[in-house]
Amino acid sequence: MNPVNYLYLAALLFTIGASGVLIRKNAIVLFMCVELMLNACNLAFVAFSRMHGNLDGQIIAFFTMVVAAAEVVVGLAIIVSLFRTRHSASVDDASLMKL
Amino acid sequence: MENLIALLIAAPLLGAAVLLCGGRRLDKAGHWLGTLFAAASFGIGVALFTDMLGRAADDRTLSQKLYTWIPVEGFQADVAFQLDQLSMTFVLLISGVGTLIHVYSIGYMEHDERRRRFFGYLNLFLAAMLLLVLADNYLLLYVGWEGVGLASYLLIGFWQHKSSAATAAKKAFLVNRVGDMGLSIAIMLLFTTFGTFAFGPVFASVGNATEGKLTAIALMLLLAACGKSAQVPLQSWLGDAMEGPTPVSALIHAATMVTAGVYLIVRSAAVFNGAPDAQLVVTVVGAVTLLFGAIVGCAKDDIKKALAGSTMSQIGYMILAAGLGPIGYVFAIMHLVTHGFFKAGLFLGAGSVMHGMNDEVDMRKYGALRKFMPVTFVTFGLGYLAIIGFPGLSGFFSKDMIIEAAFAKGGTQGWILGGVTLLGAGITAFYMTRVMLLTFFGEKRWQPDAAGHEPHPHESPKSMTVPMVILAFGSVFAGAFFEIGERFLKWLEPVTGYEHGNSPVSAMAVTASTMVVLVVGVGIAWSMYGRRPVPVLAPRGSLLTRAARRDLFQDDFNHVVLVRGGEHLTRSLVYVDHSLVDGVVNGTAASVGGLSGRLRKLQNGYARSYAVSMFGGTAILIAATLLMRAV
Amino acid sequence: MSTIAAAATVTSTGEAVQFWVLGTVAVIGALSTILMKKAVHSALSLAGTMIILAVFYLANGAYFLGVVQVIVYTGAIMMLFLFVVMLVGVTAADSLKETLKGQRWMALLCALGFGTLLIAGIAHARLNHFNGLGRINSGGHVEGLATLIFTKYVFAFEITGALLITAAVGAMVLTHRERTERAATQRELAERRVREGVQLPPLPAPGVYARHNAVDVAGLLPDGTPSELTVSKTLRARGQIRDVSSQALSDLKALEQASAERLGREEASQ
Repeated sequence: MNPVNYLYLAALLFTIGASGVLIRKNAIVLFMCVELMLNACNLAFVAFSRMHGNLDGQIIAFFTMVVAAAEVVVGLAIIVSLFRTRHSASVDDASLMKL
Repeated sequence: MENLIALLIAAPLLGAAVLLCGGRRLDKAGHWLGTLFAAASFGIGVALFTDMLGRAADDRTLSQKLYTWIPVEGFQADVAFQLDQLSMTFVLLISGVGTLIHVYSIGYMEHDERRRRFFGYLNLFLAAMLLLVLADNYLLLYVGWEGVGLASYLLIGFWQHKSSAATAAKKAFLVNRVGDMGLSIAIMLLFTTFGTFAFGPVFASVGNATEGKLTAIALMLLLAACGKSAQVPLQSWLGDAMEGPTPVSALIHAATMVTAGVYLIVRSAAVFNGAPDAQLVVTVVGAVTLLFGAIVGCAKDDIKKALAGSTMSQIGYMILAAGLGPIGYVFAIMHLVTHGFFKAGLFLGAGSVMHGMNDEVDMRKYGALRKFMPVTFVTFGLGYLAIIGFPGLSGFFSKDMIIEAAFAKGGTQGWILGGVTLLGAGITAFYMTRVMLLTFFGEKRWQPDAAGHEPHPHESPKSMTVPMVILAFGSVFAGAFFEIGERFLKWLEPVTGYEHGNSPVSAMAVTASTMVVLVVGVGIAWSMYGRRPVPVLAPRGSLLTRAARRDLFQDDFNHVVLVRGGEHLTRSLVYVDHSLVDGVVNGTAASVGGLSGRLRKLQNGYARSYAVSMFGGTAILIAATLLMRAV
Repeated sequence: MSTIAAAATVTSTGEAVQFWVLGTVAVIGALSTILMKKAVHSALSLAGTMIILAVFYLANGAYFLGVVQVIVYTGAIMMLFLFVVMLVGVTAADSLKETLKGQRWMALLCALGFGTLLIAGIAHARLNHFNGLGRINSGGHVEGLATLIFTKYVFAFEITGALLITAAVGAMVLTHRERTERAATQRELAERRVREGVQLPPLPAPGVYARHNAVDVAGLLPDGTPSELTVSKTLRARGQIRDVSSQALSDLKALEQASAERLGREEASQ
């Protein structure tokens, strides 16, 4: 098997995640899709790491995880406070930023 | 000693500040304070003068640097003063005559409830004028120049409740702006040419500049001088400026303001000496104004306006003399000083007459006042004799010198200029005699004023007559004092330079012909106004008289050429602005607005919608990257 | 160590089989993440995908990362997601009906274009040979990672520390609600209840309905009317109260049907 397949898989997962972001209205699911995209990137990094024979790709993936963790914490906190004030987790309801 | 120079300016400036900021509590003492500050300035001036006399002729220049005003690399402007013989002359004239006018105003403005403010403005006027003559660079001179403009505006429009006064003040200010523009351009040219504003370095390096540049600078300076000194073509404000209180007229005409132009030209002698073409223009302007003012003065029935015409004419003499170059500078200043005395005296006398006649200014409604106002009559009469050049009095010497210098210019120019000055002397004799006869001789032609009060002419109070007497002394003796032993010439020569021109006619011949035209002028005036009764209502008069009554159509000219032209220009500019500029701007705005209205629809506030745009953008970016790699 | 190195360089048939099987499952998991109506289902699908990714990390020689993926992502982050889902309302199903005009078509178009381009780009890149991690991991895998983290990436590492602190503080600030007055003590609450005299005894229990656990069913008062007081306010706010007014009818219907079926069968058997 050609290890490039991992990259194809990563691209596929990324695209699926991105379309999820576009079509889902629930902020939590939307966030999950973002996580999916990040994970796809991580898979690509790991595959590249193996491809180039150095560990830098894995380090980047590691940092991505840390940043994703931080992002999830803040993002979910925002969703919770949003839900408290609006009783809804739909991103379409938070559409005040328009003329 | 040089540390006192700043005090010369500081005293009246402080006076102005105290009086204008002091409020009503100073109402009772304001006039005394103002006079005190002016007198203090004069006192300091006298102290500096005695000190200056004690030193050798080439060591008489004092300078004082207060601070650097604009400290920029390559652009240094100092607040620094320079006191040489020329400045000294002006300082004494300004502060001396100024102080006398202050004293006079105490009496003249007695019943005006805004007297304190008036004295504040007077002090400001003195301070600005002193700054003008004491500055050691053009930029600081410009500050004084504008200060004089401001003070004259405030004073001419002092009786602002009269719309005519307000308009006259505005007119003076606006006309002066034209001249100010000339001065500012001249200063910029000076800086680009010499890299400095200071008098010393500029005059020292005049030789390095091309004649074309010097001519340009000199012409711009002349424009400035025309504005302040009311020379053709910027003369129109002077007559209307008579709307101000009479002491103001005296101050403007004798000590400050109109003398500024003469000062500027004489001070910039080095520049003018290097630009003969500009000098020719100066003499032409002087000659034209000389006749213009004299003719206008002949026709006016308003005593102050007649005197204003005379001032214009006399300043014309000075400008003409200044345009003659080194042969004329000294005499221009000398005439300026003697003129300061007798013109101040004449104006104060006119003010005294008006004071006694319920503020009536029409000379046709005066007559026979010599019995009722003896002091005014005598002092005014001495001023009159001085201005027409009666032998032995001030005007005789100073004007004679100018006529001589005009002839000494040489060639056809000399003959023409000499002829004009001689003719001017004759007309001066005519219109001044006319003023004298209409006012003090003949029969009573008094008319009740608008409120029906019959005038009761009476002599003015001491505070008014004393300055007049002092000025009359000056009018009588100043000329002789200056001329005997050529004192004035020796005094000013180190600053302005002097060369004795070769006159084609001898001094005696000039004096003799001056006497002849004088007698002729007086004789014509006597035959017209002395021998037969003067009608109270002015007769229709000849074409020239009527033209002169309208100031030789100066306002009509300005109206037709400048106002109408300006209106047309503005109208067409407005049209261009509306149709073209606004059209482009509005069109752009409208199209942007329409486009935004459509683009706004994209801005629907839904985060997911924006995410699609981002995602699509990313896809396009990737496509572009791939395409670039493929190419 | 040598086996590890070998696994990192060579793609064995075993790995190929593993890739195709698990890869398919991962894609299915991802698709169900974005297509499931309920957030809980999405979260579970995503967790499955992430575990598969962890396996792929291991297969690619990233042992440390594989373990971290399981612990951090699947263990911590996904649980956080589930926690928030529960907080927000586990049963609230998303309507998948699109409200924005053209959004779905645009999304699909963009996703197709993007995916195609991405895959085309990868194919274009001709990445055929893998160097493998053998040489790098010769000094120990975790040691190799640690060396890089604490030398080359030490500043990034420190900064991520600061980021985590900030995120923690930020989350607290965002979710914290300032109490503007002192919390009432139990004694005060009791006193107030007595003073108001509206509901002195404890609230009545929810209705018990024989068929299932009935916290969400209003209890019946002695006269037979359901009492709103018996159901939790939270459930009411979420609209999760079960309406039992028609329960008896539907039960009857079900009973009739059941008996009809039995009778029918009996008829058939006869």
